[in-house]
Parts: sequence; C-alpha cells; structure tokens
Amino acid sequence: MAEMDTSSGGGHKKGPGVKKAKKLSTRVDLTPMVDLGFLLITFFIFTTTMSQPTAMRLFLPKDADKPEDQNKAKESGALTIILGKDGNIFYYEGILDNTASNFKNSNFGIGDEGIRNVILRKKASTNEKDLVIVIKPSSECTYKNVVDILDEMSINALKRYALVDISDIENQLVVKSEQNAAATTK
Amino acid sequence: MARPKIPRKSTAIDMTAMCDVAFLLLSFFILATKFKPSDAIPIQTPNSVAAKVAPDKDVVLVEIDKDGKAFLSMDDKQIKATIADEINATKNLNIDKAAFVNAQFIGSSFSQLASFLKVPEEDRKSSSLPGIPIDSTKGPNELIDWMKLVNDAYQGKKANLLLKGDNLAKYPAFKGVIDAFKKNDFLKFQMVTNPEAIPIGSELWKNNLKGEKRDE
Repeated sequence: MAEMDTSSGGGHKKGPGVKKAKKLSTRVDLTPMVDLGFLLITFFIFTTTMSQPTAMRLFLPKDADKPEDQNKAKESGALTIILGKDGNIFYYEGILDNTASNFKNSNFGIGDEGIRNVILRKKASTNEKDLVIVIKPSSECTYKNVVDILDEMSINALKRYALVDISDIENQLVVKSEQNAAATTK
Repeated sequence: MARPKIPRKSTAIDMTAMCDVAFLLLSFFILATKFKPSDAIPIQTPNSVAAKVAPDKDVVLVEIDKDGKAFLSMDDKQIKATIADEINATKNLNIDKAAFVNAQFIGSSFSQLASFLKVPEEDRKSSSLPGIPIDSTKGPNELIDWMKLVNDAYQGKKANLLLKGDNLAKYPAFKGVIDAFKKNDFLKFQMVTNPEAIPIGSELWKNNLKGEKRDE
C-alpha cells in the first residue's frame, strides 16, 4: 500500500547538511477531545425525542336527520360499551332489557373481565357481518378512555364501530352501578 | 533458557479515528434534534397503537387541555390572514390582522378575541385563558363557527384536521369538538397520540405478523 510521508513534522529524516534542530512532535493527545465528544453525544441522545407523535384516524358518520336513514344494526350482533368514571366500563349485548340484567361491568385490564376479552368473546360468537360495537362515552369519562377504547377497536381488528351519545337510562344505570361499587368498597 | 525478547509496544492508541467518529455522531444528533417549542398549552396525549406519523403540513390543530378548554391553531399564515379578514368583515370585531396571523393559537371567544390578541404572545398561557367555548350547554359552541371559517378559507383544499387532547380532558369537551367537525362536514380527522407497542397475541399483532397492511 502506498503510504504518505507523514514524517515532515516528526523529523526522523535528516537530510545532508540539515542542522539538527529539536523538533517538537505535532501529535496531540486527543483523549480529552474524544471524551468531550462522547459526553455531548450522550447529552444529545438523551434529549432527542426520536419518537414522533402518531396520529390515529377516525371517520365520523354523517348525521342522519331522519331516523329511517340511520344505519340499522342487527340486535344480535351489537355490543354496547359504556365508558364510565375512572376507567370503569359497562357493556351489554344486544338490547338493554327492562331489568337491566344484561348490564355488566368491565374495565381496561387484560383479565377475563377486561374489555378486550369481552370484545374477543363477542367477536368469536357472532357472525362478522353482524358485529357492531357501539361506544357510548358518559360525560364522566376522559379523553384518554375514549382513545383507549378506539385503540382497542384497532387492536382487535374490528371493522365496524360507532361513537354514539349515551341515553338517559344508560346514564342512570352507570351512576347507580358506580354508587353501588363505591358503597361496597367502603 | 533465555526469554525471547518481546518488544514493548506503546499503549498509546491513535485517537484520531475515534475522535472523528465521535464528532460525526455528535453532528448527526445535533442536526437531528428538534427542540420542542416551549408549550403554552401543556398537553399529555394518550397512547395508541396507531403507527402513522402525524402530518405537519396544512395542519388545523384543535387542542383540548386537561380542563377541557379548547384552543385552535393553524400553520398556514395565508389561511389565517383570510380568516382574519373574514372575521372582521362578518363579525365586526375589528381585530388586529397581523396579531391574528402571528398568534400561535387562538384561545378565547369571539367577543374577547380583540383583547386576547392584545396580550403579548409570551403571556398567553392556557391556564389563564378561557379557551374557545365548546360546551353547548353553557352557550353557543363557537368552534362550529371557527371550523366554518377554516372550511371557507381552505376552499376545498385539503386541510389536515388534528385533534390533540389531554389524557384528563373530559368527554363533553371532546364531544363539543366532534360536533363542530360534524356540523361542517369534516368527517375525517386524526387524533394525535403517542406511539405504543401492540399487545402481543392480539388480533392486530397476528395480522401484522402475517404482513397484512393496516387500514387506519
């Protein structure tokens, strides 16, 4: 390999007739500079937020003025999820019956009672074409809850879901159940 | 037996190469770092598994802070100028157009807009501002008017509608925003979230393993 003559500063060669002069080495100890460099690198690595915010898409249905224009969902395939206070979830399948016996509790956990398993069970037991998830956030739930439940839809690969206003009866049920829950824990 | 002579090597290594690498990395990180502009509206966004990166052009951003106050911001100055003219023409508020264009966000009702714009930019903090009224139970939802103005100003050009809400914001605020979008036929919008790992074993995870494209 060809090598460059780097000895001009080092002064190893002595040409004829060249006076011996004490030459200082031009080599600098770069260790502190490397130290500094890596220190700054670590600083920038820690301050950089590499993760850019992502965006979740949501398509809203157009408001239908006449009730007959609204999309009809098959009763057997509907699962209504109501979001309550502090991450409580209530759900029922089909239509809420008069005694509210099919009104059940759930939560955002991943246990057997967690909403994910409820959704998966419903998905497994119903025809895919009929399956509709109706999400009804109550006025007490937070934005995070709504995003989480919408996220749950994409996690469970559900195609049909709707965000619907809560009805008065359901709201009362939610309040009642939450009071009951609070009373039992006290 | 005589020991073979091992020539002693200097332990000093040439640091030049290492130094080069260090500074190369350093310059990369310096250039890649985008410092966050100091937030006047502190918002903690929720997590989601959505993988699409939020757009940063033609953005119309509605923010909801933790108290449910709504703020509107746009990045296109020309659109803002159009909106300012429109507000002055129709609502007779006599707002300062330049201040409106330069304002980072709008956070007051129409009636207080002129005085809001007189507040110096650095003093506009979400805690001290009323926000755009969106609660239809307490008065008109003014975001509907704002979205109408945005819609008119964009004139069919595509605006990226973004909603950035705080974890703790209550649903009625969210609903007010959705209503405002719906009333103006903005039926497609995106919610800004932080990325989160897909739970292992879930349907989406299986689909991803199969290499299916996600339709988001």
